[in-house]
Amino acid sequence: MTLQRLARPVTLVLLSAVVLYPLVWMLGSSFKSQSEVLNNMSILPNEWTPGNYSDGWSNFDVSFGRFFVNSAMVAGLTVVANCISCLLAAYAFARLKFKLRGFWFAIMIGTLLLPGHVLIVPQFVMFKTFGWVGGDWPYAPLIVPQLLATEAFFVFLMVQFMRGVPRELDEAAIIDGCTPFGVFRHVILPLSRPALVSTAIFSFIWTWNDFFRQLVYLSDLEKYTAPVALTLFIDSSGQSSVGPMFAMSVLSLAPVFLFFVAFQRLLVEGINTSGLKG
Amino acid sequence: MATTTARPSSTRPPAGPAAAQRRGRPARHRTDGIAGYLFLSPWLLGLLTITAIPMLMSLYLSFTNYDVLSDWESMEWVGLDNYRTMFTDDPSFWHAVQTTLVFALVATPLKLAAALGVALLLNRPFKGAGLFRGLFYLPSLLGGSVALAIVWVNMFNRDGAFNSFLSWFGIEGKAWVNDPDFALGTLILLAVWQFGAPMVIFLAGLKQVPVELYEAASVDGASPWRKFINITLPMLSPVIFFNLVLETINGFQGFTSAFVLSNGTGGPVDSTLMYTLHLYIKGWNEYQMGYASAMAWVFLLAIGLVTAVVFRTGRFWVHYSDGED
Repeated sequence: MTLQRLARPVTLVLLSAVVLYPLVWMLGSSFKSQSEVLNNMSILPNEWTPGNYSDGWSNFDVSFGRFFVNSAMVAGLTVVANCISCLLAAYAFARLKFKLRGFWFAIMIGTLLLPGHVLIVPQFVMFKTFGWVGGDWPYAPLIVPQLLATEAFFVFLMVQFMRGVPRELDEAAIIDGCTPFGVFRHVILPLSRPALVSTAIFSFIWTWNDFFRQLVYLSDLEKYTAPVALTLFIDSSGQSSVGPMFAMSVLSLAPVFLFFVAFQRLLVEGINTSGLKG
Repeated sequence: MATTTARPSSTRPPAGPAAAQRRGRPARHRTDGIAGYLFLSPWLLGLLTITAIPMLMSLYLSFTNYDVLSDWESMEWVGLDNYRTMFTDDPSFWHAVQTTLVFALVATPLKLAAALGVALLLNRPFKGAGLFRGLFYLPSLLGGSVALAIVWVNMFNRDGAFNSFLSWFGIEGKAWVNDPDFALGTLILLAVWQFGAPMVIFLAGLKQVPVELYEAASVDGASPWRKFINITLPMLSPVIFFNLVLETINGFQGFTSAFVLSNGTGGPVDSTLMYTLHLYIKGWNEYQMGYASAMAWVFLLAIGLVTAVVFRTGRFWVHYSDGED
């Protein structure tokens, strides 16, 4: 009996160790000196070497800080774009009556399952024809699609949320003389804050981690985002850069980790709302 | 919001809009109709320009030799050549298909099994359950990034943490990531490590299973195993189905970790050449946009087919106990 009682906590603790080990190892290795990173297998360094961080920061012709600024800009703009465009579409789907609504809704659900890689080639060709690829500000292809509510996951998440908002509130507002715009402005918008927060957090994390699209569209070192820049460490795979590579990896995961710590409950429940991706 | 919407039934196209439309009051229809399309206009524009037109364009491109570098005039119609080359004259294509299938078909069941197993452990309320739930969820947020893939690859390299673990048992490891027999395996482990997201969904599903069923089974003297087989699994089957569809589709699209492990080549010896990586190499390293478009269409059809098969088989093992919900 006591053995059975112990089985669960012991399993969970062992599992936590397995789950956390890579993260702790990464953190420890980011402080190991060049010789230690190859020879010292223990999780913590014998001699703490914070120099990896400054070395990594200035490892390329462009400072790593620049890459983080670029990443933050792309992620920040994506957050704003997703919140606005998906909220508008969700309001139409959840609350307004119009012809073909069921049809468009079914299409929207269909695009949820459409793999992004299928469209990347023609989108690239299209944006290149527009002259948006390369140039002084190559981020338009990464952000314009979000302005047009193409991230169906968030539309779906917000529709689901709005369905939980009592319709009586809309009707009361209409009786008070509100137009559909008034209802949106005074009822739905203020009440949708939790859904907007979820959207903002997930948008940020996914964009921050996104690699494929940023790899495809960014070709100028100065315009690189953090994930694309990190792959340069692999290219230059001289063993001397392992420590700095780990240091920059730690830094690039830090924002996501901080978001996780700050919004843990919201994130876990947010994924439940519709349970997609992750 | 979580409790009411966590049910997988929410993914079925709802009967709501259409039904509401029939019942709707005509007086409000007109202004609502205009407002509806106004609010929907960004999405509609996106559907047209970012999704629909590119889809048709890629179908067209797939019958050409378009290379992005030269101008449109030099593009030629090549008929089915791209598709013919793909199936008969590009061994790497088949390596990519094989790699992707192995990855998706091994990683997905393992990941879901881990997710369900841990969800069952966490399902009963106890002190610290929330902490463990959050902790196990963390890898799902970090695991898709380049940074974590870099860490993972180094962990399974010759001097990595995995080999130091093996050395405790006197086993001498090797550079697993450079071995064609094991490289993909390390990527599968990375995918399984991210079991937290489906686990959270399983947990929400487990909360929906009526306690009375277990109580009734206990009265009848059922063992925990029998309860799991006869109550938990059937009641949870819609959630399992939901996770299965999503994780399978995700599995087919793995890119980042394979790119990092192989430095964008798919090596060693094509062993980590995921389909999307092959597509990327063809399109952006070799500038064969026509060929890459053809690959994208084959990919779309393949994923559609797999999804259809999963949905078909779902009829035999997914139970919707609450009817229409």
